[in-house]
Amino acid sequence: MSPATSTRPKVALFATCYNDTVWPGTPIATVKVLERLGCEVVFPEAQTCCGQIFTNTGYADEAIPLVRGFVDTFGGYDYVVAPSGSCVGAIREQHHDLAERAGDAALVRRVDTVVPKVYDISEFIIDVLGVTDVGAYFPHRVTFHPTCHSIRVAHVGDRPQRLLQSVRGLTFVELPQATECCGFGGTFSVKNPDVSISMASDKARHVRETGAEVLVAGDNMCLMNIGGVLRRQRAGVRIMHLAEILASTEEDPA
Amino acid sequence: MTAEPLTEPTAGPLQATSPTFVGMPKFPYAARTALGNTQQRRNLAHATGVIRAKRAKVVAEIDRWEELRQAGADAKDELLGHMAAYLEQLETNLTKGGATVHWARDAAEANRIVVDLVKGTGATEVVKVKSMATQEIELNEALEAEGINAWETDLAELIVQFGHDRPSHILVPAIHRNRSEIREIFRKEMGLVGRPAPDDLTDEPKRLAEAARLHLREKFMRATVAISGANFAVAETGSLVVVESEGNGRMCLTLPDTLISVVGIEKVLPTWQDLGTFMQLLPRSSTGERMNPYTSIWSGVHEGDGPQNVHVVLIDNGRTHVLADPVGREALRCIRCSACLNTCPVYERTGGHAYGSVYPGPIGAILNPQLRGTASDVDKSLPFASTLCGACFEACPMRIDIPKLLVHLRAKVVDAKGRNTVEGRAMAAGAWAFGDAKRLARLQKASTLGGKILGNRQLPALPGAIGQWLSIRDIPELPAQTFRQWWADRERKGGAS
Repeated sequence: MSPATSTRPKVALFATCYNDTVWPGTPIATVKVLERLGCEVVFPEAQTCCGQIFTNTGYADEAIPLVRGFVDTFGGYDYVVAPSGSCVGAIREQHHDLAERAGDAALVRRVDTVVPKVYDISEFIIDVLGVTDVGAYFPHRVTFHPTCHSIRVAHVGDRPQRLLQSVRGLTFVELPQATECCGFGGTFSVKNPDVSISMASDKARHVRETGAEVLVAGDNMCLMNIGGVLRRQRAGVRIMHLAEILASTEEDPA
Repeated sequence: MTAEPLTEPTAGPLQATSPTFVGMPKFPYAARTALGNTQQRRNLAHATGVIRAKRAKVVAEIDRWEELRQAGADAKDELLGHMAAYLEQLETNLTKGGATVHWARDAAEANRIVVDLVKGTGATEVVKVKSMATQEIELNEALEAEGINAWETDLAELIVQFGHDRPSHILVPAIHRNRSEIREIFRKEMGLVGRPAPDDLTDEPKRLAEAARLHLREKFMRATVAISGANFAVAETGSLVVVESEGNGRMCLTLPDTLISVVGIEKVLPTWQDLGTFMQLLPRSSTGERMNPYTSIWSGVHEGDGPQNVHVVLIDNGRTHVLADPVGREALRCIRCSACLNTCPVYERTGGHAYGSVYPGPIGAILNPQLRGTASDVDKSLPFASTLCGACFEACPMRIDIPKLLVHLRAKVVDAKGRNTVEGRAMAAGAWAFGDAKRLARLQKASTLGGKILGNRQLPALPGAIGQWLSIRDIPELPAQTFRQWWADRERKGGAS
């Protein structure tokens, strides 16, 4: 398990529950790009969900078994990589508190050991692999929505933009008011539908203002929200996860 | 004082919802109405955008902003950990300076104390410095019920008062109004209570301010009693501090003979030194200025200079209830700067009235359900009135982790409501599905089957919340194969290519 025994970093992929079920193209792309960069990727099959949907809806107790499940599944790996700033952020910001809520000191310790090994894909590629140009090719006009949890909870900074700007052929266009929330907010979009729609409409408008063919983000749930509006508008803007752009090559275009 | 051990206080009484806000609907319903007010939407988007940009500029000038934030948070945490001791120190030093200190458990007690003090002077009117504490306890209404006119002297508060309106923002209470609306309000209302607005009043800011200035001057010159709040109360020196922009505060704090200051117990700063930190944090976060135009500091009574009768009413009104929650008490660090309101995408669209309190926006969403509890419709809904985007935490000069507190309060709401609800059962089902990966894999087969049947068709119109979600958004096509299935296939075929 130790990287010392092999020069290839061994990466446990946390696909995340919704990517696994609804957007398998994103974890598939994550596998492709990590393997292309020389990693050995494994998919621990016991994985399910980070628990964020429960925690953020007020069901903290329901999330505690998922915290246990997460450390059981990923405790033995040096690197855990997920294509989601939101899930990575939830693991970093919430798992410790949930373990404390459970009153389980051993769980708190295990969480504190696992959490520093969990990376968003953009962090892992730049900080651990030390790569910015991943050898991707994507000859399209692209704009990027830096999702709230990626920048304000996981703190991935401008890593995704740096990765995108190194993609051959890609034209990067800044998104106006990029850091403003798209209005998804998990169950917020169901509990506060009118405010959510008002925010999503503004975000979709800004995307259209860029004239981009493709809207990229590091979180598919935000893309489902913005993309859902763009698709309903038949706006002609394609929605893609960052990993899918990075996986795209001349031989195997996305 | 720092050596004193930290003791967990017992929960004090909750704040009673003030009459204005009794029966407020849930946030989502009030928000729907607000979203439909197109003029207000425009006014809010413009005003919050301008203040946001100003704040960003002056905050970026300070290299050690993060250290300043931490110092501010530390000073407030020092207070919150030793509240009783610092309050006693403040009382001792205020009294030494010649002020009279009064203690009020709740709004009713505070209002009674102030009404009696005003009546004791024989005055039938008071001038007021903008104050959130007196808004919170609805002091103006209490004074009016006793035949005492309370004149707001802050320009925006004046607009709200003349408009028979409610404040919708902590710093700029008339943020939901624009210039032409203000002109109409002045023309209609000023003459009824004093010097009327000039007939040729335009909607130029300069002309509007001039009209207010002339109208207020009569009241300043006549007043014998002023009522203020305080931005800070320094325990070490027994000093109260008011930070303002218009000079109306300075007039109120120096001209009348009697000054009554209503101060929440969380306004205390332990030391004089702390004030230096807060004077750097507050104006930059609040108005986006390096320094505010007027800062008034008064420490008791000085013969021949300023008010000769100085009273300080310290109010709890639910604050010790908040203090008793070791997680939630962080909200008491708030210095009412409004940076969280100005940066919040939800507030920017709904404005403040939908929050059902004088404390709107992200800070209101964590403060009201703690001060008032979560029994009412609006207080139950406030912790959910956020996407948890985190912009508020980033902007907060006191480093209040608002998203974390919102999540903390959501759990409290759910725990109080119980889990025997549609949502509770859905969450239980979800937790069961995610409880075991093999179970999840079996359930995913149903989802991929759904994907195969639906193709790129959308679901038919559905009722309820999900239907509303889908009324504006297409849903993604469900894939014919999950990642888990793809991975298993690939492993069967010999793994990585």
